[in-house]
Amino acid sequence: MSQEHIVSVRVYVLIFLALMVLTAATVITAKYDLTVIWGPLNAIVALTIAVIKATLVVLYFMHVRYSSKLTQVVVFSGVLWLIIMVAFTMMDYLTRHGWPEPNL
Amino acid sequence: MEATAVSTATESRENYLNINYGWKSWLFTVDHKRIAILYLASITFFFFIGGAYAGAVRLELLTPAGDLVQADTYNRLFTMHGVFMVFLVLIPSIPATLGNFLLPLMIGAKDLAFPRINLLSWYIYMLGAACIVYAALAGGVDTGWTFYPPYSSIYSNSQVLAAGVGIFIAGFSSILTGLNFIVTVHTMRAPGMTWFRMPLFVWATYATSIIQILGTPVIAVTVLALALERLFHIGIFDPKMGGDPVLFQHLFWFYSHPAVYIMILPAMGVISELIANMTRKKIFGYKFVAFSSLAIAIFGFLVWGHHLFTSSQSVYAGIVFSILSYILGVPSAIKTFNWTATLYKGSMSYETPMLYAFGFLGLFVIGGMTGLFLAALGLDIHLHDTYFVVAHFHYIMVGGVLMGYLGGLHYWWPKISGKMYPEFWGRLSALFVFVGFNLTFFPQFLLGYMGMPRRYHAYPDDTLWQVLNVMSTAGASVLGVGYILPMLYFAWSMKYGKTASANPWPASGLEWQAASPPTTFNFDTTPVVTWEAYDFNHVKELKEGNSASPQEQTV
Amino acid sequence: MAESHTIKHHPALKHHFDTMEQQREAGTIGMWVFLLTEIMFFGGLFLAYIIYRAKYPAGFEAASNTLDVYLGGFNTVVLILSSLTMAMSVYCAQTGKQKMLIVYLVLTLILGSVFLGVKAVEYEHKFEHHLFPAVGFYDWTHEPGHDPQLADQARIFLWLYFAMTGLHALHMVVGAGMLLVLIYFAWRGKYSPEYHAPIELGGLYWHFVDIVWIFLFPLLYLLGFHLGGH
Repeated sequence: MSQEHIVSVRVYVLIFLALMVLTAATVITAKYDLTVIWGPLNAIVALTIAVIKATLVVLYFMHVRYSSKLTQVVVFSGVLWLIIMVAFTMMDYLTRHGWPEPNL
Repeated sequence: MEATAVSTATESRENYLNINYGWKSWLFTVDHKRIAILYLASITFFFFIGGAYAGAVRLELLTPAGDLVQADTYNRLFTMHGVFMVFLVLIPSIPATLGNFLLPLMIGAKDLAFPRINLLSWYIYMLGAACIVYAALAGGVDTGWTFYPPYSSIYSNSQVLAAGVGIFIAGFSSILTGLNFIVTVHTMRAPGMTWFRMPLFVWATYATSIIQILGTPVIAVTVLALALERLFHIGIFDPKMGGDPVLFQHLFWFYSHPAVYIMILPAMGVISELIANMTRKKIFGYKFVAFSSLAIAIFGFLVWGHHLFTSSQSVYAGIVFSILSYILGVPSAIKTFNWTATLYKGSMSYETPMLYAFGFLGLFVIGGMTGLFLAALGLDIHLHDTYFVVAHFHYIMVGGVLMGYLGGLHYWWPKISGKMYPEFWGRLSALFVFVGFNLTFFPQFLLGYMGMPRRYHAYPDDTLWQVLNVMSTAGASVLGVGYILPMLYFAWSMKYGKTASANPWPASGLEWQAASPPTTFNFDTTPVVTWEAYDFNHVKELKEGNSASPQEQTV
Repeated sequence: MAESHTIKHHPALKHHFDTMEQQREAGTIGMWVFLLTEIMFFGGLFLAYIIYRAKYPAGFEAASNTLDVYLGGFNTVVLILSSLTMAMSVYCAQTGKQKMLIVYLVLTLILGSVFLGVKAVEYEHKFEHHLFPAVGFYDWTHEPGHDPQLADQARIFLWLYFAMTGLHALHMVVGAGMLLVLIYFAWRGKYSPEYHAPIELGGLYWHFVDIVWIFLFPLLYLLGFHLGGH
């Protein structure tokens, strides 16, 4: 049972600034139609930034970087299960005949 | 020896049952043992409601013609049977009663980590149950317990919304129970109670809690979407409006398939306890049995697509789900083989709990093996939505879960009530349950194989079909007697039963070192564990060492 | 988990725990396990979003374009700022700065209320334009320039928008209620460097709600941003 770790104000503020910069970045990149370069590029950029932001919040604001192994396992398994649910369902949709339908 | 929490027992010894009286002391209790009793009473109540629906279904099928009830009424009967039994009985059955009662005792804790949340979960359960009872009284639901849209969302004019709200609410009760158990196992174990010294029931309950935590929220949001679809007709599951009804099935079974393991895993935990303790042998392959519980919990999440083989799911996904379903048979088989190996050369005694354990072994093997038939892509096309499926899942849910539940209730009844149940009646009812169960459901395998579909109130006028259906209905009445008997003699034993000693079997496990019935905080001093799980030498030493203590002499 | 009953018990220690450390750990794990269920709860909707977006890209972009990126962006900033103030209140609780603890909790509550206010304005716009996806009310072609062919696809997006942001807003309301309780007890001086688990757990919950929004913002608002229009 580890002693409680106190994250310094400096770290909090730095993370906040990083989150602000990333928010600006995601808005700016979304302004441009990156799909002309590659179909899913807009989505990939937006989601990558969102994942980085979420990771920063989890690690520093929620102290997971300094938490017990158990907490880290819980966080990890949450993400893993979400991926399992999405991946196994997409496994059906993406291999369906004629999906997605060209037009509704 | 180390300080074990054996308190002196006298007739007027204070325990969790007699510490205070009156309805307030029960409805505002935070004692995990009393909450377990609250659950036990409510689950028994709903079990008999669900059973009454099943009785009506079986009566209708006595004759080929649809003469007893209309088709529409029949739809409501089997739906409400399913809703009551699945959501209000089987899911909470073992975790909320035996789990609640035993988990803290088994790991040497004073209570669960969050006693008030534990009580809250019972109230939430009752609130959900009230919604479902309302749905039943207001005409019932006719969609089948699976609530498939678009029928449930657009066309059905029955009480889908009320039942859906009930399931949504009852789900949170299940989540809170699981959360409480996980935290308790992690933080409340007595000194020396390492993970690999925990009884296998605790492992099984822990694995169950993982499923409750990860699965239940998904059914909650699915039912929510269904309710919104029904209220506002937003088209999310309506193919006419661009929605996809199969998405509902994915989300529904992402929970509802693992939910089968919410039901069966705790029963497996009970069986592990029964077999090890009634054969007085260390369980064969402790770690394998423990880890197979976790494996079932995890892999149980990867097979839901086998419910969608005929629902326009992609064949490629079907292949993967089929293979994974076969793999899931492995951890279940590990358990079964280990139980069987434990029986070998054990000093067995054939008291009621052991009879239930034997019943479980046989029925679970049949139920599990027929599951493999259904996991086969080609064969499932033939068997899908036939009585074969009905028989299969009843072998698991009734033959497995209820056998484990009843076996566990008999085994721990001395601990719960402080009284012994009448052994003769116990054995008799175990016999009734086993015979009645097989008579009810084995013919359904044959009917299903011959092509009788489920959910129809009439069937072709064929002598063989009717003979099998009559057998099934006759079996259901025997089964009914087998379920009513224990309720009667358990109630009887509360007043007239022989007083139970702290460890009447005698069995290993910390719960048997607390008094029968335990005091409110279970142990007078926190026990220190220095022995392995199912160490019967330790039980013997304990018995000899404490032979002077009064509660060992009461029987 | 030592058996030393000689140590004087903290008044906040519940009877069934042996030590404050054990109680704190139970609370933390409990909260994280609860958040796990929250992930799966929102996860069901995210799954629906992914499937329908893959199926109806055009309708999703068009419907996303009806959302106001600037209001959404403003709310993102507000919410992240509230996460900072919440983190700061945990810091103040840990270091025993009683007064600043209350200040930061109140700031968090104010920022959360601003978020909900903006959300209400946005919802109102949607109702004005008949974009709430209930049958009989929903009218995609109410606005000029909307391709009538995309009406059904856009409805599914808008349904997801309302379901996801609605549930998120509901979590914010619960969080606001929780903050009120925390403020009350902080004002009563209940929290100290030895005992401040409720502040920490409340913080975890608040940050989680923030994370949900971090994903909702790009998925819902930014999806159709490149189409212009606003």
